[in-house]
Amino acid sequence: MSLILTIASREFRTLFLSPMAWTILAILQFILAFLFLTQVEAFTSLQPKLASIEGAPGLTDIIVPPLFGNAAIILLLVTPLMTMRLICEERRNKTLSLLLSAPVSTIDIILGKYLGILGLMLLIIALITLMPLSLLGGGELDLGKLFANILALLLLVTAFTAIGLFMSCIAGHPTVAAMSTFGVLLLLWILDWTSGLTDQRSELFEYLSILRHFQNIQSGLISSVDVSYFLLFITTFIALSIRSLDNERLQK
Amino acid sequence: MTTLIEAEHLTRYYGTHCAVNDVSFTLAKGEVLGFLGANGAGKTTTMQMLCGNLAPSAGQITINGFDLLDQPKAAKRNLGYLPDTPPLYKELSVQEFLLYCAKLHGVAKSSVTDAINQAKERCGLSDVADRLITNLSKGFQQRVGIAQAILHNPEVIVLDEPTVGLDPIQIREIRTLIRELGQDHGVILSTHILTEVQESCSHVQIIHQGQLILNETTAGLNRQMDTGTLQITTRLVPDINSLLTLPGISSIETMSQNRIKIHYSVTANPAEQIAEHIITAGWGLQELTPIKRSMEDIFISLTKEHREL
Repeated sequence: MSLILTIASREFRTLFLSPMAWTILAILQFILAFLFLTQVEAFTSLQPKLASIEGAPGLTDIIVPPLFGNAAIILLLVTPLMTMRLICEERRNKTLSLLLSAPVSTIDIILGKYLGILGLMLLIIALITLMPLSLLGGGELDLGKLFANILALLLLVTAFTAIGLFMSCIAGHPTVAAMSTFGVLLLLWILDWTSGLTDQRSELFEYLSILRHFQNIQSGLISSVDVSYFLLFITTFIALSIRSLDNERLQK
Repeated sequence: MTTLIEAEHLTRYYGTHCAVNDVSFTLAKGEVLGFLGANGAGKTTTMQMLCGNLAPSAGQITINGFDLLDQPKAAKRNLGYLPDTPPLYKELSVQEFLLYCAKLHGVAKSSVTDAINQAKERCGLSDVADRLITNLSKGFQQRVGIAQAILHNPEVIVLDEPTVGLDPIQIREIRTLIRELGQDHGVILSTHILTEVQESCSHVQIIHQGQLILNETTAGLNRQMDTGTLQITTRLVPDINSLLTLPGISSIETMSQNRIKIHYSVTANPAEQIAEHIITAGWGLQELTPIKRSMEDIFISLTKEHREL
């Protein structure tokens, strides 16, 4: 366990030694803050009308889900860029042999790398969460719904990262890893768009669609189906990553 | 003597190409084994297999009694490895990097500082400890690589071309370090520089096209090199055919009219008979010098022989 943390903390710290992590944090925060303010603006202009409707959506409903939804889309673009270097770059810089010849198992390496990059993801989510929390100063939030949104984004991002890690294991070049991660993520995102055409609904596609599960949890309905979808997803890709790194020794 | 490495029938294929073919050897404590071979002979592949970076297609590796396949963690704990490209995280400082390596190798918390200081001192890194690795010269980067391999005081140290990119003074220092390490560890180093083997190794192995063609102590090899060839200069032209009748002479090479090289088998030294023969024939002996075969000659003749076979 301590080995996993050793690898994870190095990974996390290295991110901040280059402008990479800082740039991503700054740009994400800037764009999301802009979107957040737009949403707040929309709420204030709608407020008089909403007051007259019975059971109208509240502050949380109008601001939080769009914010987290937008964050999800932006992270879909950004995650591949952050995960592409995980294993791929180590292999290219020949530093992988340091890990392979140390008394460290492949499981330790993969989990360490995964947790390291996840640290940055958690930081991003924490920064995003601060925005709606700042509304507590002047209004009331439905904390349950906020929690559901945080959970949804967390599960989504851990799933993104797991795919990114796997792609970084199998790709020979970071760009290839980023591109294939992005491709898979986008495909999973748009998979249930066919369900708009009512006579061609495919239950399989609907189940596979990552967007649907994300939105289910986001709406405040935390069901075991959606949570286990994500957990299954993450475990699968972590296991595949471990296998792929194990194979590193076998062929070349 | 404790056996630190036992490699049995190592074979490695890349696709259909056989890079290492049935290589077996052992390494005991206190030995420095020089792994010699031309480019592409299979040195690095063998080393990668020893260090668990590459799985052998066939064969077995035991390090300090632990099978590399069955107990990889225990086996690797006894292993320090410097690959042909030093594995450095260039965005870290030397100190940070060594700290990370110490943690990876499970050095006890209480002894981490001591271990790092010792490794820095041994590799001459104390002055650059706070600099970023990326800003160091290639020679210093190589030294950081060596420091990383000896940091956790492993029983077996595997160095893949450790002196590449170093200046002559550094090379001498590293060779001294290797000899020093060889006293209480087992060291394997690969190189294509033959003098390096002569200077720092106790055992030599020559690998050629994936096969082990020589496995000898350096002393034994030196003994082989002491004998073999005499260079003779005479005033008059010598009759080569009559010289060939002398016992023990295997062949005669004519360098110029008055100068010949006599090759003889290692067991008998015919220098005395040759001198007598030349003097009684009245050719006027001017020079009779034993020629030391350098390791280069042995290396070349061995690899050539092998090619002809």
